[in-house]
Formats: sequence, structure tokens, C-alpha cells
Amino acid sequence: MAIFLTGESRVIVQGMTGSEGSKHTQRMLNSGTNVVGGVTPGKGGQSVDFEGTAVPVYSSVSDAVETTGADVSVVFVPPKFCKSAVREAVDAGIPLIVVITEGVPVKDTAEFFAYAQSTGKARIIGPNCPGVISPGKSNAGIIPADITTEGRIGLVSKSGTLTYQMMYELRDFGISSAVGIGGDPIIGTTHIDALQAFQDDPETDAIVMIGEIGGDAEERAAAYISKHISKPVVGYVAGFTAPEGKTMGHAGAIVSGSSGTAEAKKEALEAAGVKVGKTPSATAQLMRDLLQS
Amino acid sequence: MDLMEYQAKQLFAKYDVPVTVGIVVENAEDARAATEELGGRVVVKAQVKTGGRGKAGGVKLAASPEEAVAKAAEILGMDIKGHTVRRVLIAPTADIAEEYYFSFLVDRSNRNYLCIASIEGGIEIEEVARSNPDAVAKVAIDPLVGVDAVKAREIVEATRFPAEVAEEALDLITKLWTLFVEEDAGLVEVNPLVRLGDGHLEALDGKVSLDENADFRHTEHAAFEDSSAADPLEAKAKEKGLNYVKLDGAVGIIGNGAGLVMSTLDVVAYAGEAHGGVKPANFLDIGGGASAEVMADGLDIILNDAQVKSVFVNVFGGITACDAVANGIVSALGILGDSATKPIVVRLDGNNVVEGRRILEQAGHPLVTLVDTMDGAADRAAELAAAGSESKG
Repeated sequence: MAIFLTGESRVIVQGMTGSEGSKHTQRMLNSGTNVVGGVTPGKGGQSVDFEGTAVPVYSSVSDAVETTGADVSVVFVPPKFCKSAVREAVDAGIPLIVVITEGVPVKDTAEFFAYAQSTGKARIIGPNCPGVISPGKSNAGIIPADITTEGRIGLVSKSGTLTYQMMYELRDFGISSAVGIGGDPIIGTTHIDALQAFQDDPETDAIVMIGEIGGDAEERAAAYISKHISKPVVGYVAGFTAPEGKTMGHAGAIVSGSSGTAEAKKEALEAAGVKVGKTPSATAQLMRDLLQS
Repeated sequence: MDLMEYQAKQLFAKYDVPVTVGIVVENAEDARAATEELGGRVVVKAQVKTGGRGKAGGVKLAASPEEAVAKAAEILGMDIKGHTVRRVLIAPTADIAEEYYFSFLVDRSNRNYLCIASIEGGIEIEEVARSNPDAVAKVAIDPLVGVDAVKAREIVEATRFPAEVAEEALDLITKLWTLFVEEDAGLVEVNPLVRLGDGHLEALDGKVSLDENADFRHTEHAAFEDSSAADPLEAKAKEKGLNYVKLDGAVGIIGNGAGLVMSTLDVVAYAGEAHGGVKPANFLDIGGGASAEVMADGLDIILNDAQVKSVFVNVFGGITACDAVANGIVSALGILGDSATKPIVVRLDGNNVVEGRRILEQAGHPLVTLVDTMDGAADRAAELAAAGSESKG
């Protein structure tokens, strides 16, 4: 099972012939992902050799879907072309679109997200995210597959490297799925979406949720957890020492005024019964204690 | 990027939003001619990228050119919430009948756009929202439709603009929306929007925040950059394309990925509690491709921060390979030579970690200490910073 991405997923890569796209297509293939094609306008009919595996290139997402039955697209196209690439994937009926591209204007994201919502058929993860991995099954994005193996902990995080760090901390337990949702002001899949999916996933026993300063996504997730999540949740929030009014890399990670602070998020999560760790290692320890008790 | 008031007003003017920009001066004496040109009675307003200027004494009335010079002299150089005032806006006084609030912004929670407006006068909108929430109109905007004539009418009605300004408000809303969309703004705020004694609307103060991700289609936005305001180390980092924010502590931080670096700051601050309260000195995210050059640039900036007493390099190799990071550190220290004098604690995990650690061990640089865990390395870096501060103090 896992969430969003399974062993049956048929993955295409939009922007596969670009440098990032080809590098990560190779890595996805290495980790056992069923990459069935790539899309680059004007390059249809060619194929790219990935260490002996020939992956066909299509000129459009609809061509790729028609020929391969693809149901996941991983988007690596540059920010300028991202909006039209995502709309194309939505139009082609792809139900899961993972947007890795960093630096997409928020207006473009607002538009392609609204467009996907209006069809009611497509889930978007990202943009500016590491993607989703269901270890041992499939890997859509740039999360390193060799950090940990298949297990029964679900992980959702805004940050890429913190996702990797937490997978590493819990490597002896393993992960059912890890979802990097990205830290942009508008994202296609939220903490709540992932929590809900983990709650419904019979292969997930417990959930780690990683948040960071800015916005109110963690507070909303906390409210959702207290109402709808019966599986144990352990949390971590980054940014306690971030100064007010400064952007720390992620567009979302900005604190202005009192809401959106790490302290407020921690309190909201604890009030919902989530144990919150002080450091990534301490958070992993909380999960460890919980699974061994 | 947040704009200053006068820059926001320049954008208002570009979209025909009724506004009087005024005249920006950088030295007090220039306020004289500006005030004469504007008719003798003016408001002198500090231009900084933060709110609460009025309360901090950064906005003052002047009834004559002489007084304007005196007020400008008071305000220039003032510190407002950590922002030094380097220029003031000389603006004509306005005959204000009523004050309103108006804004368009990106709504993260609902993942669309939002218009917030109120006719319950301007400045303290947060207070109005608390004490009288019914007086604040919030109208959601579908990104696929935008603000068309129907939506503009809906906003006017929801805000309950007085009938005599309703038509003018419709026009102003459309213009502000065009600005919001065409300039790729994340926030366009008019506060206060005023009804003048003559019955017309005017944007008396404004705040605009532009989306830097959209710079590729707005090369003209580069002109809004205020390089003089930046911390010199931040300016240098920006030049090198590094994501760096200067803070006040003694432990220099280098890491990969915004989330991990933020977390590193926290972990160092916790560890610092046991070592006399030492704190992180900066945020520096070297991103995915940690080449030797990027590492050298990063170390160079951090070692040039006089407040830094120790450095903590915290890397989890996801895509980044630890051996490349290790080579980066070694060659950076080679490039920096004798100018590198502060202890460097390194924690590496993930992709190619064994080779990465081997490279650092083999290099055996006297300044470099390898520690296995993030928490342990933070503690060591904090301890070294505390020791460094003592020996200098």
C-alpha cells in the first residue's frame, strides 16, 4: 500500500532530458521505480539510455499517458515552464503530479493548483519539494533511496534535508512512505493531506510530522490530528531561534508577528497529544520509545 | 522582496492608482527644496522596511521648509526595529475626511488570493480585526478568475464603502488588482486609503511585497534592491549567490537545506545553554551542490564575521555527496591558508559518508574536529565558541 506512490505506480518524468531530470531519472530507476517514459516537447520518438535501460521520450504528456498508461509525473522543468507543464499533466489525466522545480512564482503555483482542483482528479505534491518515496516500491523525486528500507513509519515534512535526516535517524525501523511537501507559500499537498493518507494506510503504524516556522499549516494539522488521527504522531518543528521578519531560505519560513512561530506550533501540536522533540535525534527517540513500549 | 513606501507608491502611480509620491531625500538639507516644491507643509516619513514607523517617531509633520530640515535630521540615521533610516520621504499633507484599509495577498491557508478591506480606519487593522471582526471584509479570489467586474463589486459591497466613493473604489480595486497580478506581488496593501475632503480617494501609504521567484519576468524589479541597507557580510554572500542571514551569536553555521540549517541553529542554541548561552552567528544554506568553491565562499564569509568564535559544518548528504563536502572543506582551508584561525566542527552523514570522513581524517587539519552526531557536534561547537570568547575576553 504505502501512500500516494506504490509498487504499481507508472512514472513519467517531465524534463527528463535536462541535466537534473536525467540525473534523477537514473537514481529513480536504480531504486526500482517503474519509469515508463519522459516528456520533452519536440523530442518525441527518441529514447534515452539509462545504464542499459532505454526510456522512451514523448513530445507531450498525453502521448506518454496513451502509450504507457502512466499515472505519476515527476516535474523537473525550469520555473518558467512549470505552470504549463503541470497544466499539461492535469489535462492528460495524471492523478499524481510531483513538482520538484524550485523557484516557481507563487502566482503560477496558485494557478496550476487551482486548475488541478477544478478538475478534482489530480493531486499535486510541491513545488520546490524532494518528492515522495515508498521505500522498496517506488520513488518519485529526489529523496535518496538508500537511507532506509521499507518499514511502518510514515513521514511528512516541509524540508528535504530534514526528511533525509529523520529517515536516517529511524533507519532501523524503516519507512512506509516519506513525503516532502515543500516550504513554498502555496503547496499542492499539505501536512493534513499526508496525515489523512497515513491514517488510512494499513501499512503505516505511526507518523512523524516535521514542520517549520511560518504560516499556520502546523496549527491546522494539530487541529486535524486531535479530531481525525488515531495513530500515534510524533512531531518536530524547526526555527525556534529564527529572528522575526527574516526569511531563512524557504519562502514559507518567515516569521512576522506572533503567529507562525515555532513555539506556537509546538504548543498546538502538544495540545493535540503529539509528542514534540527538541532536536531531530530527540524526536526520533520519542518515536523509538513509542514503538518499543 | 519588501518595498519601501516610496517604491510602493511609485508602483501605485505606474498603475494610475491615485497617489502623491512625494520626494525622497537622503540628507536633511535636501528636505528644504522638497518642502518648498510641495507647498510648505509636509510630512517627513522614515523609509524603512518595517511597520510601526509612526510609533517609533519616524513620521513627523513639518509646517515650514526649516522645520522639515530639522525633522529630517532627527529621523535620518534613526534605528527603527533594527533598520537604520537612510532616506526620508517628504510628502504633502493631506486633507483627510476618512481612513480605510485595503489589501490583496496570497492566502497560504486556502491556497488562493484574499482581499482584506475595512472602512474602519486604517492604521491598526489588526486591532479592528480583533475588536470588531464584522468590520473587516475578507473576500476570497479564485486565481483562475481573478478580480473581474463582478468580484470588484462584491468587494465594494462587502467592505461597505460609502455610496459616494463606491464607483471610485471599484476603479481603484481594479487597478490595484492589475498591479498585484502584473508585478507578481505577494502583498499589495494600502493603509490608509483615505477619502479626502474633496471626496476623492487617495493611497496615503502603501506596502508592496514582490515575489523574487518571478524576477525572471521582471528584470526592472532589480532597481528596487536596497544594497546600502544590507549587512556587509549579507551583501557579500548575495554576490556569491549564497543564502546567508547574519545573526548575533558566536557559532558560525554552514549546512545544506533550509530546514536542516534552521534546525541546526536551534540545536546549537540548546547546546549553548550549557556553555554560557552562546548562540548561532548566522544562517547559511549551501544548498544541493556543495562544491569546493561554494564551501570556500561560505567559510570565507563566516570566518570574516568578527563575532564568530567557532564554526559548525552540518551536512546530511542526500544528493550532495559527503566526499565532495569533505574535499570542499579541505580545499577551502587550503585557499584560506593562515587567514583561517577558528575551530571547525564537522558532522557528516548520508551519501558517501565513509569516504567523506576518511578524507577529513587523512587531511588532519588542526582546526577541524569530526563529530558523529548532530547534537554532539553542536555541543562541541558551542563549547569551543564559549572557550574562544573567554580567551579573547
